[in-house]
Amino acid sequence: MSDARLSHERLAQVLGPSGPELTCEACFEHLDRYVELERGGAGAETAVPGMRAHLEGCPACAEDRAALHALLDAAGP
Amino acid sequence: MRGAGIRGEDRGKDCAAAGANGGAMTTAALPIAARAPRRVPVTLRVVASVAGVTAAEPARAFPDADSAAWVAALAATGPARDQAVARLHALLLRAARFELRRRGARADLDDLATQAADDALVAILAKLRTYRGQSRFTTWAYKFALLEAGAKARRRAWQGREVVLADESWALLATPGNGPGHSAETAELLDAVRAAIDTVLTPHQRAVLIAVTLQDVPIDVLAERLDTTRGALYKTLHDARRKLRAALTLRGLSPDTEATP
Repeated sequence: MSDARLSHERLAQVLGPSGPELTCEACFEHLDRYVELERGGAGAETAVPGMRAHLEGCPACAEDRAALHALLDAAGP
Repeated sequence: MRGAGIRGEDRGKDCAAAGANGGAMTTAALPIAARAPRRVPVTLRVVASVAGVTAAEPARAFPDADSAAWVAALAATGPARDQAVARLHALLLRAARFELRRRGARADLDDLATQAADDALVAILAKLRTYRGQSRFTTWAYKFALLEAGAKARRRAWQGREVVLADESWALLATPGNGPGHSAETAELLDAVRAAIDTVLTPHQRAVLIAVTLQDVPIDVLAERLDTTRGALYKTLHDARRKLRAALTLRGLSPDTEATP
């Protein structure tokens, strides 16, 4: 990875999302619904505003989202 | 702020489950009664300082018969409930094992998975009344197991490792050179961020920001070391980021346009 990209990515991590975002607790509360909406191609961010921003800013919650997608992928329809 | 080391001991404290394990244990029936289809605004909890965010609540009480059956069985009494609890634990155990394998866990996988399933089961039974059928019941239940498995995997990976809260760490926010992709504007922005970290943040905000965003310490691991919760630390991180953005704006810098390569 170039120094420039590293710096930009670090900057993004340091500064976080610019818009309103959910808390970790609210993210967890709505994670199941959000992920199902994402998988269904529905408007997940419209239904759960602030979720996308939080997932951009919180690595642990982003991992939880990825884990739920992976598990549902493996579990099938 | 001087550098401070915090060594992790596996205290079994599940800070990552903040918000997941609260509530009183209950087996009371959920309000399954058919609700008239409706769309009402629901105010979601957002980090302080940001405007309230609303979402439309789905009309369905339960998405499918299987979800309703799960809730009815878990809210029952006697052997039927016991069987449902056992089935649920098996489901959670499979989910926890899947996640731990996905993360490459080898040592103590079964032990960690069992702990995660046990903790998830307790949380689910305590929060059963809050399941509103906005997703399939199994999806709702899976998230508890995955949260526990992920938190336990992260804590195990950091067990015995020291988290050094050193004030030199924002040097990790490297000063760009003069090569392609580097610009005077980017250099100015990086300098401004470093200066703001040094001057506008409290020592606690600085330590949390550096640990999570520059040292890649998982937030639930840091929460355990600092004897707090993941949610509380994220609030601290959010406040720190907000102060940095405000400081950049005061200097006439635009973090979102400059931070994109």
